[in-house]
Amino acid sequence: MNRTLTCILCPNGCELEVVYEGNEVQSVSGNKCPKGAGYAEQEIKNPMRNIASSVKLEEGSMPLVSVRLTGPIPKAKIMDVMAEIRSASVTAPVKIGDVVIADVLGLGVDVVATRNVGRRS
Amino acid sequence: MNTIKKQVVIIGGGPGGLAAAVKLKKAGVDDILILEREHELGGILRQCIHDGFGLTRFGETLSGPEYAQRFIDEVKALGIEYKTDTTVIGLTKDKKVTAVSRDGLMEYQADAVILTMGCRERTRGALSIPGERPAGVFTAGVAQTYINLKNKMVGRKVIILGSGDIGMIMARRMTLEGAKVEAVFEIQPYPSGLPRNIEQCLNDYGIPLFLSHTVTKIKGHHRLEAVEVSQVDEKLNPIPGTEKEYECDTLILSVGLIPENELSLMAGVELDPRTKGAIVDEFCQTTVPGIFAAGNVLHVHDLVDFVSLEAEKLADAVARFVKEGLPKAEITVETAGFVGYTVPQQITGDADVILSFRPRKPMRDKYIDVYQGETLIASKKYVKLLPAEMEKIKIPAEKMVSGANIKVVTRDE
Repeated sequence: MNRTLTCILCPNGCELEVVYEGNEVQSVSGNKCPKGAGYAEQEIKNPMRNIASSVKLEEGSMPLVSVRLTGPIPKAKIMDVMAEIRSASVTAPVKIGDVVIADVLGLGVDVVATRNVGRRS
Repeated sequence: MNTIKKQVVIIGGGPGGLAAAVKLKKAGVDDILILEREHELGGILRQCIHDGFGLTRFGETLSGPEYAQRFIDEVKALGIEYKTDTTVIGLTKDKKVTAVSRDGLMEYQADAVILTMGCRERTRGALSIPGERPAGVFTAGVAQTYINLKNKMVGRKVIILGSGDIGMIMARRMTLEGAKVEAVFEIQPYPSGLPRNIEQCLNDYGIPLFLSHTVTKIKGHHRLEAVEVSQVDEKLNPIPGTEKEYECDTLILSVGLIPENELSLMAGVELDPRTKGAIVDEFCQTTVPGIFAAGNVLHVHDLVDFVSLEAEKLADAVARFVKEGLPKAEITVETAGFVGYTVPQQITGDADVILSFRPRKPMRDKYIDVYQGETLIASKKYVKLLPAEMEKIKIPAEKMVSGANIKVVTRDE
């Protein structure tokens, strides 16, 4: 089978031509770097994404603090992880890299803060 | 009012201003002041919480706030002076900067001024969409401010007009926050944002993108109730009979960015109608000596990494300007064919120069040729050229021998 994918790993957005059989990738072309081949393989087997959102912040100088995951998760789990993020809250101060939810849903990645926010003065 | 002397005043503490300040300080210029109208440094990056920033500049992928913080930390570590909640309201060609804050009115006399004010969004008014004027029509950046900084959801049933990157990123963001994004409509026959954002922001969430379509009517009395969408012909005029109504409570506009150059004009800086930013030389110096510009105020960039790199190049030139002065750039760079613009527009011809440009339309397998007078001095093949992607071409110094003007053109084969 053939599929055309857009690699999302960097702004180049290479157009990948992928030949595969079931879960097995036979060839990838169109990638400017080796990462593209890895992306295509992962995309055929089990697409993974990182997501960014925000978490409610108590006593902060802002009402929320932005977060992201420390690594990608299966695409099918995005909405489940969003539900966890929506129900979480943290108390200021927060620093970049602070773990907000450890090992979210047992997926092996943490939800971490991406912003420094001080306490409300 | 006292006039305070400063070697360099930087207007705008976003990614451009911060990168310029850090590089200037490291180049030995100590007397720097950054003026920022918001409460915090960081500019628009403060609300760009998605990741994908920094691959070029830092070799890793960061969110906007993290990317900004790297520069803010350096500004603080280097002891560079900055004032937030301070709006510049005046700039003269003699490099007098007038600013206001809660402390009152301030005036600075600078040897050099760096313009890094960024850009702002085109609005409904700029498009002249007919219809009523209900609540629920937002530019993508305003919706982003509400959702990512103020914790306010802007709507539940959303239509997006324009396939700019911020619009697509907001389509994903609003979907993650529980809204239903019905569709993205783009008036051009090609997308205006990056292919990776079509993939990861629209395709991932099953959001359809309709090209050659635009919103032709806005309906709703208090709150938006529906929009009418029409197909457009090759001249971008709506085709009668193709109207279709979409129920929605929110319309997000991602229809372009305009460099914010009111201060530049006040100082007599000449703008390029193609970029809507200043005309600059290879030192990022505008037509007013000692006033420099970089980042989105100069020309709209796709990636913040290129804003930082441009501002760092500017800083090297400003350091040279305050220490020894800069040579005159008397060679004009012209464009023809499907080359939309170049930056810089003026060069000295003394040193290697890298021209940034955008094509006017999507093209495949085209050559970009650079001529000086009748002589071909640089040429490069591009497999893919997209208006959404800024490209670069290098002209080696040893090729520029005649002093004649330069012309950048497209060639089929």
